[in-house]
Amino acid sequence: MQFRVDKLGVIIAALAAYGAFLAPFATFRANRIVAGEARSISEALPSAWTVVVLLLVVAAVIVAVLKTPSRLRLGTAFATIAALALGIGAAAGHLTPPENTYARVSPASGFWILLFALGLLAADALARLRPSPLVRVLFLSAVLGFIAAVLTSGTWDGLSLLKEYASRADTFWAEAGKHVTLALGSLAAATIVGIPLGVLCHRVTRLRDGLLGVLNAIQTIPSIALFGILIAPLGWIAIHVPGAAAIGIRGIGTAPAFVALFLYSLLPVVANTVVGLAGVPREANDAARGIGMTDFQRLVGIEFPLAFPVILTGIRIVLVQNIGLATIAALIGGGGFGVFVFQGVGQTAMDLVLLGAVPTVLLAFTAAIVLDAMIEMATPNRSQVQSA
Amino acid sequence: MLRLPTLFRLVAFAVLIAFLVQPQWFEPLLRPLVQENAPAIYNQGSLLQLTLLHLRTVAIATAGAIVVALALAILVTRSSGAEFLPLSRSLVNIGQTFPPVAVLALAVPIFGFGEKPTLIALFLYGLLPIFENALTGLTTLPPSIMEAARGTGMTGRQRLMKIELPLAMPVILAGIRLSVVISLATATIGSTVAARTLGEVIIAGLQSNNLAFVVQGGLIVAVLAVLIHDALQAAERSIGSRMGR
Repeated sequence: MQFRVDKLGVIIAALAAYGAFLAPFATFRANRIVAGEARSISEALPSAWTVVVLLLVVAAVIVAVLKTPSRLRLGTAFATIAALALGIGAAAGHLTPPENTYARVSPASGFWILLFALGLLAADALARLRPSPLVRVLFLSAVLGFIAAVLTSGTWDGLSLLKEYASRADTFWAEAGKHVTLALGSLAAATIVGIPLGVLCHRVTRLRDGLLGVLNAIQTIPSIALFGILIAPLGWIAIHVPGAAAIGIRGIGTAPAFVALFLYSLLPVVANTVVGLAGVPREANDAARGIGMTDFQRLVGIEFPLAFPVILTGIRIVLVQNIGLATIAALIGGGGFGVFVFQGVGQTAMDLVLLGAVPTVLLAFTAAIVLDAMIEMATPNRSQVQSA
Repeated sequence: MLRLPTLFRLVAFAVLIAFLVQPQWFEPLLRPLVQENAPAIYNQGSLLQLTLLHLRTVAIATAGAIVVALALAILVTRSSGAEFLPLSRSLVNIGQTFPPVAVLALAVPIFGFGEKPTLIALFLYGLLPIFENALTGLTTLPPSIMEAARGTGMTGRQRLMKIELPLAMPVILAGIRLSVVISLATATIGSTVAARTLGEVIIAGLQSNNLAFVVQGGLIVAVLAVLIHDALQAAERSIGSRMGR
């Protein structure tokens, strides 16, 4: 048997070797504010852990460099990532002096580079394996389950990020709730309004160009600008329309953020509804008319089911976009994970930034995978849909 | 004869320029939004200068993103780079689920405050749409044309320069437009990490409870973004029609 070299594997191996041997694995700080001191893998981990992690990294490097089956690459990548995840928890325990509650341990560049290299290996193997939608969702659940298990087991409790969380657990879940409500609520409102608008645009051509043009222009406006512009009219409504303030309409806070996200969400929903309906084959409509279906029956029974995958694609775009944009709501007092991101930026506290950014990215990522799988399952001809 | 939307854009452009050069002309319009003695026009820097800095940041980041994204897309669509193609596709998909704010905030601890993290975040985030569209453009060329080019004895380089890139150009240009629009928005948030952009006006307004600042900052950024988007779209159309598409 002849060994052949995988080009991508060489890059991954170089990254992993740099991350494992040259870059620091963890940062130790005597308290939250002071500058950190770098610790290599062998300094940061108890010796047994050092051996396990390094052996797995070496194994992953070998598997990556040689042309090996995708399943083996995926398995090795995930085993090594799991070891890294548990290892960084062990590092926290190992580096923090006993009884010391001020010391902070956080992952350093070497850890992130290793994670990135192994993530590349896993992503490449997954892209080559082309798993079915159901398998992808199961895979995602397994990864999320692993993260949840590690979190609840307390393995990471010694890490700086989790210490930031511990001191803000209540606010964290309150902001998480606001974030999800903003992203999902505006999506729901946009779906309820956008799909009928799309149907209307499909039927009335003159309305289509005008409305899509306006929605396109709105989509172009940067989020913080739109949030800002909406403060004025909403503030006016709150003062002058009786009862508006009572249902939570205010110049700043959740209301302008919600309205802005709703406006951003309209374009993908309306445009995809129009495109989906336009793509319904003429024969299907003719046949439906032939058997005497009314316009409404035809819409619900024929056009809508056929256009559904395209409309769902619009909803996916909106959901991922809204989860990201909802972070900016924090700037106008709308809450959400952005609160931690901007507080962290203000205090130059990286861990606080991560406390806001990591859940946002995880949320957006989960939404993208789940909706991609749903779109693929809803599409009759599966080979036409590109997987994530 | 001018069409109505074009006329509308020209007027918007003229008003924008007038506002940037002579903001005090508009003072009476913004006055009702603020309390008695608060300033109605941004007074902590010149609006024109902030606009130019904003545009400069976007231009530098986009130029870098275009060069790198195109080079990468060309590399992974050659037969020697084919091993990277599946991963490139999933990286683009994964990368676009990262919110721009997160990219920006995470760049701060590495690059410090100011212009630098903003440029890096704009560059990284701007890469994705250009790379994605260039990949789409270069991998969906009609096989018959590629076959014909090979048949006439064109070298790989000639095929790339004379056939593949021109044919993929409309899709690539659309990617660049998308990237510019995203960058304009992300640059606005850049002022939360002390980059000098138009976001500064909005943030200053939010912090000092000055609605006039918020509205003027928001409107300048909004009009700028819409006009640039439309201008790029018009440029795409004229290039596209010249190429016979």
